Amino acid sequence: MTILTFTLILLLGAYLAGLAGSLTGLGGGVVIIPLLTLFFHVDIRYAIGAALVASIATSSGSASAYVKEGITNIRLGMFLEIATTAGAVIGAILAIYTPVNIVAILFGVTLIFSAAMTLRKKHEGALTEGSRLSYLLKLNSSYPSKEGVIDYKLKNIGGGFSIMTLAGMLSGLLGIGSGALKVLAMDSAMRVPFRVSTTTSNFMVGVTAAASAVVYLQRGYIDPGIAFPVIIGVLAGAFTGSKLLMRIDVKWLKIIFSFAITAIALNMIYNGFNHKF
Amino acid sequence: MNTNKETKRVTDYDMQQLIGQVLRYGVLISGLIAIIGGIWYLFQQGSGIPEYGVFHGEGEGYTSLTGIIKGLSNGSATEIIQLGVVILIATPIIRIVFSLVAFGLERDKLYVLITLIVLSIILFSMFGGLSI
Repeated sequence: MTILTFTLILLLGAYLAGLAGSLTGLGGGVVIIPLLTLFFHVDIRYAIGAALVASIATSSGSASAYVKEGITNIRLGMFLEIATTAGAVIGAILAIYTPVNIVAILFGVTLIFSAAMTLRKKHEGALTEGSRLSYLLKLNSSYPSKEGVIDYKLKNIGGGFSIMTLAGMLSGLLGIGSGALKVLAMDSAMRVPFRVSTTTSNFMVGVTAAASAVVYLQRGYIDPGIAFPVIIGVLAGAFTGSKLLMRIDVKWLKIIFSFAITAIALNMIYNGFNHKF
Repeated sequence: MNTNKETKRVTDYDMQQLIGQVLRYGVLISGLIAIIGGIWYLFQQGSGIPEYGVFHGEGEGYTSLTGIIKGLSNGSATEIIQLGVVILIATPIIRIVFSLVAFGLERDKLYVLITLIVLSIILFSMFGGLSI
């Protein structure tokens, strides 16, 4: 295989990753890492570098639209970014001491968890009473919907903050956006309405990934020959996805994609235990 | 009180539009640079064999800003791509700087502080000697 064929296949894979990511909410890294390691047999460290680049591209690309619509809670995002960036830096340091097969196994487990999270029923209702901390930190807000502006209040800020630290660590260690964990922290712990938690999670992924990407870039994980088809493919895919999202029902797509992800994850865990990385 | 609240809303709205623009342009510029560098790279090395099975880490030219700038002046295709990568990574960080300014204009001291904490964590990972 020449570099040209490698690039073209990777470009197509990254396009599909961006497309699937923007339609199902699972970030680009979820597809990029298995594609590079299982299909191309690329070292998992190069794959992590590529996945971080993919995460930032997807996040910034789609967040630019959501932020303008006023759904994203910028204050909540900024406050929780303290937890995710600190976690990401710790995760990137831990990555030096973690054997690659352990990284692969952890990645597989996170994938299965993310797939399950995608299929879970989400909270839609908005709380009318928030906790004391939610007022102190000015985290309560409102968002536009078809039925008009909906006000919401938040609770359990501490719980959400702790889960976010864990999400940041995984993100730094594995090179993924860990959007599923971020949504769990906001949706289940803090009771942020579904639309707000998904868009705010997306908004935060870019900053979390950038915090660890800086470390990975300096460590030589980001290879230009892998990075450029990933950036272009993911951006084009995410753009197509955001256009399609208005017109198609993604329910079945989410179910099929979740099963595919689970199969890939089991493969990675199996290879991890057999030291095939 | 009411008018005060109104002016604040306008500022929050402005911040959203501004942040949206920063993210959009950052992504567009980095994508364009990656395309230019990528086409050139394929033109030069497209018939070679990719070797990513063993990790050896990228050289100085790709991992530090001074290295990338030096490579750019030599017209190296791979370093044009790395410039695109650096701009992509910088986009969310620049977004934080813009938020900091916006919270400052809103006189929201609490969020100026929170934003400063996030920014210092990222700066720490950039310059904190983590590039082992």
